[in-house]
Amino acid sequence: MIEIDDLTKIYGDATAVDHVTMTVETGTITVIVGTSGSGKTTLLRMINRLEEPTSGEVRINGESTLATKPHLLRRRIGYAIQGHGLFPHHTVARNIGAVPQLLGWERDKIRARVDELLSLFSMEPAAFRSRYPAELSGGQQQRVGVARALASRPDLLLMDEPFGALDPIIRARAQDDLRRIQRQLGSTIMLVTHDMEEAIRLGDMVAVMDGGKLVQYATPAEIIAEPATPFVAEMVGDVERPLRLLSLIPLSELVEDGEAEGAAMPAGASLRDALAACLWTGRSAVPVEKDGATIGRVTFAAIRARAELHA
Amino acid sequence: MKVGTILRPALVLLLLALVLRPEWFAPVFAPLAPQGAPVIYERSSLLSLSLSHLGLVAAATAAATLIAVALAIFVTRPAGAAFRPLSRTITNMGQTFPPVAVLALAVPVLGFGAGPTLVALFLYGLLPIFENTVTALTTLPPATMEAARGIGLNRWQRLLRVELPLALLVMLTGIRLSVVIALGTATIGSTVAARTLGEVIIAGLLTNNTAFVLQGGLIVGLFAVLIYDALVQLEAWLARRTGTS
Ligand SMILES: Nc1ncnc2c1ncn2[C@@H]1O[C@H](COP(=O)(O)OP(=O)(O)O)[C@@H](O)[C@H]1O
Ligand SMILES: [Mg+2]
Repeated sequence: MIEIDDLTKIYGDATAVDHVTMTVETGTITVIVGTSGSGKTTLLRMINRLEEPTSGEVRINGESTLATKPHLLRRRIGYAIQGHGLFPHHTVARNIGAVPQLLGWERDKIRARVDELLSLFSMEPAAFRSRYPAELSGGQQQRVGVARALASRPDLLLMDEPFGALDPIIRARAQDDLRRIQRQLGSTIMLVTHDMEEAIRLGDMVAVMDGGKLVQYATPAEIIAEPATPFVAEMVGDVERPLRLLSLIPLSELVEDGEAEGAAMPAGASLRDALAACLWTGRSAVPVEKDGATIGRVTFAAIRARAELHA
Repeated sequence: MKVGTILRPALVLLLLALVLRPEWFAPVFAPLAPQGAPVIYERSSLLSLSLSHLGLVAAATAAATLIAVALAIFVTRPAGAAFRPLSRTITNMGQTFPPVAVLALAVPVLGFGAGPTLVALFLYGLLPIFENTVTALTTLPPATMEAARGIGLNRWQRLLRVELPLALLVMLTGIRLSVVIALGTATIGSTVAARTLGEVIIAGLLTNNTAFVLQGGLIVGLFAVLIYDALVQLEAWLARRTGTS
């Protein structure tokens, strides 16, 4: 558990982070979202003490971060940033193994961990281990950056706009990868972005910041359905609100008995996907399947009714 | 590339011949020597003069590198940043001072011989190495430096594992400039009795013997060109090897 307690950072006469208090549960992804200059980066950098708070405190599993020397604290907290920040003069293996090496792991253990992470990120260890960062694509560099941050199995992983430099298709894949790997490893992640779409897609919890203040801290569904301030509503975007909401609800919630034409969709797919399928193929309902067997259908009317519930 | 593969060994062979078998070149230089004067410099062996010349350059450049890099590291730390303008001024002065003046001032203190020449070469070598190292250390990729702090490297580890290796190429360029300047400047050391290839040139100037001047000049020039080229190759190899090109 990460407890951020009344954290404030003042630069001269500007308050970058203004009395932020929040608690992050172990094993979840928390996304901090806000416009540029809202204090997201400063908040994140105070957690691993790249920036010292003006006042307030951070506790990780009950222990104040002030109890450890900053560079030792940082070895326990993964850190991945926009533009990856890989060491250009070190191979992929040395980059990923940097923190385990600092922590004094044995060579064999480091090598095994590097290969494990490369495989986890769908990069063939034998092919990538001894390359230099300049010999990788942008997406691969980013994955190595995240792998480096995860290498020592840190208590917490901080990510500052990690996908900011990637083009949209590669970014979507990187987000899916992160989600999958986080579930697999049970990591605790705090991720900063200015993109509400990314926040909703990735976050178990979403923290919205505006002018240094934490204006709403809630689940993605709540953020969409009940934005706490006009600013949050604006970030979510009024037009797309119903669609965003539908993208969070699986078909299994609305499945009903009955027949439908055409290709079946998995029960885990979102209502948004089903809506798209209905519109695209001119159907009024789609069959739903689970483990290969059809379990019913979801109708266009039901999706519409559900969307109107929150309009 | 193609030109280099032929030209480089040819120049090496020419240089070796000029230093080890100067008598071979007597027919070439003969028209340049005054009537009855010797064509080939024989007062001391060209090999020992070359080695002493190169030794002076190497010692001065090594000392200049050590001091310039240490100074550059110091002024790029937060604690030393205030000294950056001052250290720039001092190393710049080292350059604007004419080498002859350095020799003249150093002789009364250090006496005749290698000492004053070493001082002059050292002072001349400082600036390019210092400037290049400061530039390299202040223009490191910001994301890499942020990550280096972020993953928990302390100051020393950042300096030794990230900053200096990444600055190495630009630093080497500075060292290369220093070496070439020193190779040429060392020749005037002979005016204060340092043993350098300048001895041959000065002997030629004093006796109006153009053959000596050409002989000495050619050897110094070839050393400069070949060492410059070798350092360029070294830099290119390092850049490839470390993916920092
Ligand atoms: N080192 C600093 N010195 C002065 N002001 C800063 C510094 N770092 C950030 N700020 C200011 O603090 C505010 C928040 O910055 P930041 O945390 O980087 O925002 P975000 O990451 O949300 O874009 C901005 O107004 C920025 O100009
Ligand atoms: Mg930021």
